[in-house]
Amino acid sequence: MTDALRPGTLPDARSFGLKEEEFDRIVARLGRTPNLTELGIFAVLWSEHCSYKSSRIHLKKLPTKGKRVLQGPGENAGVVDIGQGLCVVFKMESHNHPSFIEPFQGAATGVGGILRDVFTMGARPIACLDSLRFGAPDAPRMQYLVDGVVAGIGFYGNCFGVPTVGGETTFFEAYNENILVNAFTLGLARHEDLFFGRASGAGNPVYYVGSKTGKDGIHGATMASEEFSDATEEKRPTVQVGDPFTEKLLLEALLELMKTDAIEGIQDMGAAGLTSSSFEMAGRAGTGMRLDLDQVPLRETGMTPYEIMLSESQERMLLVARHGHDATIARIFHKWGLDASLIGEVTGDGRMVCTWKGKTVVDLPIAPLAQDAPLYDRPRRRPSYLRKVTVEADAKADSADLGGDLLDLLEHPNFASKRWVWRQYDHQVRTNTVIGPGLDAALLRVKGTRMGVAMTSDVNPLYCYLDPREGTRFAVAEAARNLACVGAQGIGVTDCLNFGNPEKPEVMWQFKEAVEGMASALKAFKIPVVSGNVSLYNDTEGRSIWPTPTVAMVGLVKDMRRVPERELPEGARVLLAGDGEVRLAGSQYLYHKGTLVGRLPKLDLKMERKLQKFLLKGYAKRALRFAHDVSEGGLAAALAEVALFAGMGFDGSVPGGDPVLQCFGEGGGRALVVGEEEALAALARALDLPLRPLGVLGGEAFRLSTGGAPLETTLDALQRRFEGGFKKAMRA
Amino acid sequence: MKAAVVVFPGSNCDHDIHHVLNEVAGVPAEYVWHGESSLAGYDAAVLPGGFSYGDYLRCGAIARFSPIMPEVERLAREGRPVLGICNGFQVLTECHLLPGALLRNRKLKFLCQDVHLRVEPSASLYAAKYRKGEVLRIPIAHMDGNYFCDPDTLRELEEGKRVVFRYVRPDGTREDGDGTANPNGALASIAGIMNKEGNVLGMMPHPERVSEAALGGTDGRRLFQALKKFLEGRA
Amino acid sequence: MQLKVQVFLKAAVLDPQGKAVLGSLHSMGFTEVGDVRVGKVFSIQVPDGDPETVKLRVEQMAAKLLCNPVIEEFAILP
Repeated sequence: MTDALRPGTLPDARSFGLKEEEFDRIVARLGRTPNLTELGIFAVLWSEHCSYKSSRIHLKKLPTKGKRVLQGPGENAGVVDIGQGLCVVFKMESHNHPSFIEPFQGAATGVGGILRDVFTMGARPIACLDSLRFGAPDAPRMQYLVDGVVAGIGFYGNCFGVPTVGGETTFFEAYNENILVNAFTLGLARHEDLFFGRASGAGNPVYYVGSKTGKDGIHGATMASEEFSDATEEKRPTVQVGDPFTEKLLLEALLELMKTDAIEGIQDMGAAGLTSSSFEMAGRAGTGMRLDLDQVPLRETGMTPYEIMLSESQERMLLVARHGHDATIARIFHKWGLDASLIGEVTGDGRMVCTWKGKTVVDLPIAPLAQDAPLYDRPRRRPSYLRKVTVEADAKADSADLGGDLLDLLEHPNFASKRWVWRQYDHQVRTNTVIGPGLDAALLRVKGTRMGVAMTSDVNPLYCYLDPREGTRFAVAEAARNLACVGAQGIGVTDCLNFGNPEKPEVMWQFKEAVEGMASALKAFKIPVVSGNVSLYNDTEGRSIWPTPTVAMVGLVKDMRRVPERELPEGARVLLAGDGEVRLAGSQYLYHKGTLVGRLPKLDLKMERKLQKFLLKGYAKRALRFAHDVSEGGLAAALAEVALFAGMGFDGSVPGGDPVLQCFGEGGGRALVVGEEEALAALARALDLPLRPLGVLGGEAFRLSTGGAPLETTLDALQRRFEGGFKKAMRA
Repeated sequence: MKAAVVVFPGSNCDHDIHHVLNEVAGVPAEYVWHGESSLAGYDAAVLPGGFSYGDYLRCGAIARFSPIMPEVERLAREGRPVLGICNGFQVLTECHLLPGALLRNRKLKFLCQDVHLRVEPSASLYAAKYRKGEVLRIPIAHMDGNYFCDPDTLRELEEGKRVVFRYVRPDGTREDGDGTANPNGALASIAGIMNKEGNVLGMMPHPERVSEAALGGTDGRRLFQALKKFLEGRA
Repeated sequence: MQLKVQVFLKAAVLDPQGKAVLGSLHSMGFTEVGDVRVGKVFSIQVPDGDPETVKLRVEQMAAKLLCNPVIEEFAILP
């Protein structure tokens, strides 16, 4: 097909998602008109998904440095030192659009992609999290989407052999037409075993390894950079199919090959496939590359160079080898039944030259594409809805039946047990899972050491809708608090910033607010961002999703003998540690009563830091046996969760004041703790942290006295509504 | 004394078994690649869980034709311990070292959860450190664990006391078909069976996941300790 | 030439996938559906040859690998 070589036109550029000024810029840079294949390459590399052209200017504000950081943003994944010569490699990435079109394969390939990002760096994946946002359970297709996404995540992770140990699954109408699937993977490596995506050393051979290339997923990256519309339906063929078995073989083959001296650099062929991997690897190393596209293993006949360069077929990697190791590479890949094809070599001229059937089909300078992509400071405007929803006086609510309200809240799928979800995920394989799904954070042991690694993903979309800046700060604080609740100190963050169309000034305003909020909170906690992903254009028919900056935080436990206990004794006293401004505004309670207005409580970073120090020291001194954070659902929901964990009722009281506010108000840096009271009290005094007893676990009744009528129900009712809520909502 | 952990392409509990045998039970164990053709020098073989060949045709169907399998069959014939867990159990049924087959779970979903197992009155060497009737808490993690065999085979299994573990309620009683205790829908609540001689055991639950207190349970450990004792007795 | 081998669970074996599809069809209003069984079809490419010999070979493949006789039965499609 010679079409691939004809000069590209402005209409071609537009159909690839490029703007007129971007097309003009390409022609000016090259000093000629690119051919169609070259234009396609520009289009994907300059897409929002690959170039971060709208977000880069703001992302620079995030803290990315720290004494533990071995690799910050810009590589396949971030790397953080955990001591004893070991490091954790992690990243979170979105697969929102593909999952909405084809939930099973969309979610599965999302997991596959993030796994590859981690193991290309030389780390064996040891855990996954998934942060899922669905629409209202009764929205069209929603049951199908939930079923497919959960099954797809399980299908890929279970077969690959990585435990899925946690995450979030919540439901808000704002995601009815644009669900979010954010997949996180963490891997473990020794420092000296790390590999990077750099094509160094002119003359080094370039290998293509893994599955063959088909026509699937062409222009997936540009699809992730466009709004949804009915026309998107026609893009169905661009969804890729995942093959976790091949990926598992690829993992084992690579880890075996990495023990030899054969590899110079390696990168996953993710979004924009061969194009992004080759350009990025050469770009980082300041080299060039010559590729012979006739050597690329193809699954289909009649593929054009354009299709070969842009295919997003899964389970493929680009590997730059060192000279003289060809036999080793061939032997190891043959053992694992995989292809390794020599497709080119590294050059020193800074150009990407691709040949096909004896002709040069691509000849581009790498720097303008990889490094000088457009950078936009897009216009911003505070959304008008905020004027309506931001009310300074806190909302008020009366309740005729606090116990009934608590049961209704716990039954909602946002609160109810997600057992239906996580029992479809193998959360134990590799036998490291000490705390699996269902608690504040997941915790894994690191075999051969006393250390443990904890992880959590958090964001409250309701909060971020009402106040993107403060909402994001709460997400960071809650993530760090969740880690502290299992005895782990946060050491690094990966984020997934899910927003609407950045060409809308209101969305861009939300984005900037959220990034600045995240930056300020992370700086206060001294926790760096080491990797992440931005997903824009989460719009359908002109409606944007709520701002959803998912924060995945990783924490370190230095001594796994100092972690929460699995059982709480009858009669154990539950105390409330910490304090802060508590409001009904933005609370789940109000949302479920149909009200979505108010000013959020202010995050008290000082209180938050004291609380987390208290939790960490409490575990270290063996004064603390168990902790659970107080967040969505307020004190009543948190106490109910402790009672459910313990399998016992509770008798106690919430601090005086308005009963609804005290039971269901949210905000503040607060956690429920159980432990040695005298030691905890001494610790709280030393830190000047409020600590007060709330009541005692035991019996069958769940009772909270308030400033008004008490909240009364039973453990049995809590269990039934909590365990049954998800299945009821999903009619599963 | 030395055990082989057979690694098929797609095995993913191989490290877990290797860890438990070496570090917890004290049975020296080594990985053996499925493409090898000898198990000379090995006194036992464990076929680990996972998705051999992606489970793409039927679970265990392709692994059964691996070069190493004739050697696994030899060990079984010689009366040496052969243990298949999860995918390993599926491989053992496909190669007819054990009767029956594992069908898709009744509710068609992958299930990773704790189950309760009753130790049945078999003469299995693997159950030597359990009391008959004892109830164990061990997790399952599979999509295809719904044991099936024809009525004659079931009679043979029952009469020969070859059902080693059965899914039960926490109090040790069998469920009445409501799926609460036997979540995959296995025939006669069968979770694990042995061959006539008792040296080959296949089971869907994962004892290697509950062999250390740090992981929240130790009910699986005695199975591997029993294996060690048996191997010591033969040495 | 290309042969197709069809594999189904034996009639005596419960087919939960078939049951699930049947349930869905009924709930969608296709109430006339009596039963559904879910099976597999293998499309096998072999060199042209004597049809009887080719068929015999494919039968061996089915008996040995494609089908598990404990739970499944196969047919070579015309």
